[in-house]
Amino acid sequence: MSTATATAQDHAHEEHHEMGFLEKYIFPTDHKMIGMQYMFTGMFMAAVGGYFAYAFRMQLAFPGMDVPFFGQVTPQAYNMLVTNHGTIMIFWVAMPVLIAGFGNYLIPLMIGCDDMVFPRINRLSYQVFFVSTVVLILSFFVQGGGFGGAWTAYPPLSSVPEYNLTNWGSSLWLVAVALEIIAFLLGGINFITTTMNSRAPGMKMMDIPIVIWMINIAVIMFMASVGPLIAGAVMLFMDQRIGTTFFLPSGGGDPILWQHLFWFFGHPEVYVVLFPTLGLVADVITTFSRKKLWGYRTILYTTIATGGLAFVVWAHHQFIAGIDPRMANVFVVTTLLISIPIAEIMFCYIATLFGGSIRFTVPMLWAIGFLMTFLLGGVTGIYLGASGLDIYFHDSYFVIAHFHYTFFPITIIGMFGALYYWYPKMFGRHLNEFWGKVHFWGTLIPFNCIFLPLFLLGMAGQHRRIYNYEHFPDLASPDLQGMRVFATASLIIMLLFQIPFLINFFGSMFIGRKAEPNPWKANTLEWTVPSPPGHGNFKELPSVYRGPYEYSVPGNREDYWPQHMPDRN
Amino acid sequence: MIEYFVKNASSYGGEIDWLFDLITYIVGFWFLLTFATMVYLLLKFRYREGVPAKYITGDRHNEKKWIHWPHNIIIVFDVVLIAGAIWVWVLVKQTMPPNDDSIQVIAQQWSWSFVHSGPDGKLGTDDDIKTVNDLHVEVNKVYHFELQSRDVLHNFAVPAFRLRQDMIPGRTIAGWFEPTLTGTYDIQCAEMCGHGHGIMSAAVTVHTPESYQKTMKAIQDGTYESDYLRRLNSPPTPIPGTVKASDPDSYATLLAKSF
Repeated sequence: MSTATATAQDHAHEEHHEMGFLEKYIFPTDHKMIGMQYMFTGMFMAAVGGYFAYAFRMQLAFPGMDVPFFGQVTPQAYNMLVTNHGTIMIFWVAMPVLIAGFGNYLIPLMIGCDDMVFPRINRLSYQVFFVSTVVLILSFFVQGGGFGGAWTAYPPLSSVPEYNLTNWGSSLWLVAVALEIIAFLLGGINFITTTMNSRAPGMKMMDIPIVIWMINIAVIMFMASVGPLIAGAVMLFMDQRIGTTFFLPSGGGDPILWQHLFWFFGHPEVYVVLFPTLGLVADVITTFSRKKLWGYRTILYTTIATGGLAFVVWAHHQFIAGIDPRMANVFVVTTLLISIPIAEIMFCYIATLFGGSIRFTVPMLWAIGFLMTFLLGGVTGIYLGASGLDIYFHDSYFVIAHFHYTFFPITIIGMFGALYYWYPKMFGRHLNEFWGKVHFWGTLIPFNCIFLPLFLLGMAGQHRRIYNYEHFPDLASPDLQGMRVFATASLIIMLLFQIPFLINFFGSMFIGRKAEPNPWKANTLEWTVPSPPGHGNFKELPSVYRGPYEYSVPGNREDYWPQHMPDRN
Repeated sequence: MIEYFVKNASSYGGEIDWLFDLITYIVGFWFLLTFATMVYLLLKFRYREGVPAKYITGDRHNEKKWIHWPHNIIIVFDVVLIAGAIWVWVLVKQTMPPNDDSIQVIAQQWSWSFVHSGPDGKLGTDDDIKTVNDLHVEVNKVYHFELQSRDVLHNFAVPAFRLRQDMIPGRTIAGWFEPTLTGTYDIQCAEMCGHGHGIMSAAVTVHTPESYQKTMKAIQDGTYESDYLRRLNSPPTPIPGTVKASDPDSYATLLAKSF
């Protein structure tokens, strides 16, 4: 730890020189600024993805109409919209905001060091990510339009231009995804190294805030699972551009190989985005129920167990894809077993509420909203993991409803909880409480109204990625169409409720109530520095004396006991 | 509960619907229990002036039981679910009951071809009867099907039969179904297959033996009127405000023009 102290002193020295605009905001090496770059890019891409959702939901509700602010949604445009909606929301919103954004911002502050271990690699990480964003957006405008072969990009459709009819769109899409993955590999190295090497003196493994653990487990999973996908992406790119036949049966290749490579990454990826949010929510819940986290070790070990199990469930995406049917029996066991550690984590979170003194602040509302909606997302996964029922539900709207009930709480609801919680630290001012509550209810209620009908549509046998159900008479009944219209109307209401949030978010940066260093009376180290923290974070590196969740400890005057405080509080 | 939305027209549809109900009861129980517990705790332990929170670590033995008992019960429920899932799976996908007839299904971007075995009951003979987008089967007969794709991945999906199976170019995938209810039902392509994925539909008609013979004869005579087109052009209940497939401005025509 002495080296960390030495770097801090060097850094304090550096603080004297004034940084120019370019160095501070455009090419920063400061982890906080890089985190915010990731966050703002993620927010921008979320707006793009939301706009795509608006366009194709309008088409589904009112087939053939000229969608306002978009125009006519042709089948080609529809495929491009759903494909890139999925790609954007997972790779350009969930990953950058949850892992790169909050990870960059929180890790050094929460473990008590001045910056990431490799600040320049960190800067390179964002720059590669920025290039990937540009490439993806450009891919929408090339000849033939953006890629429309679903975000899973199953060959031979994705690998043969004559089949997908988006010669350049599909290649640029693949390049963008590959660049994005490189960006997160660069960032991930930093996260793990920093957490393992630069913790404040006295911070033992079991004193690390659970969110930092979760981000690190997620990053390790990401690194372990992404190799096959990169190999697959290279093979797919060669299939597209130089005529190899890795995935083309006519040349001796196998299309199923891609599905294995993709889902070997794709399923752990679900947990890669879940864990950071679980961690963020843990901090919010403990702070606002003034309770110690129930079973810190239980949560940590079950998280690791989930992470391990997540590597052996991938083929449940392929039950009916033409793999050997006997294989399904293995994967149904592993898939349903994963419900055990996840349920245990949920129970621990709920048990944390027991005996608390719960304050329903805006971040806490979002955190509770996350637990409740994610619960439904979790249990509906059982339907799809059960191989016998997947015969009916594969690629149906039931799947869509299920994974939106997991991804939306993870990426949007839980993320907003964290954003409302750490906003005072990031920008030195408070968000408006009233508009925060308006935003919460205006997002949560329409969200349920969008996706509950989709469960029913899935039960009615409605299959995915269809721009208009007029060709399927069984699905063209006014009842089912009514549900589609209802879902679309709810989506528009939900999108409209993001406007007060945006005004609140940007307005409060300038006119919000000033935030003191520790407005929520929380324990972790980031609340010991001024809001917003200066360059180099800590004037003097803190020492840590206890775990992060020592709330309401008997014998203390206050109900919180910060980690850095040597004496009773 | 699925049969409330879609009729069950196959012999194993009942088992799949049963599995759905089983899962709904089990996870519904857990969902409601967990949800209710959460709401109860939130209300019971909301902030009150002068009432401090308790200090509980959750690491002591008598506290861990609150997590471990639900955990153990979930394992028991998981075993039930796994057994149910595998039982249905083995019935539908891993066993092939002896067949009465065979059909071949060939998918390509973006239409379906069906080969009926004809009078001799064998595929690949001269008396095979080929149709496009129209599949005809007889009620209460066990069919073996062979699925083939000419270009990309497709998926042979018949919601009324509770059946979905991917089709892979370069392979023949076998399976079976036994229709139990006469009528005409949708066939969907349930795997993204390109720009025309949304128009890749077909119809399966389940006949009585008499009407099956009559239809087969009409197909051979050239007097057959397609069930598929009849349904498409006058769907029993059209989507309100939709452009018809046959209209010059419809997407199907637009799509055809774009090549």
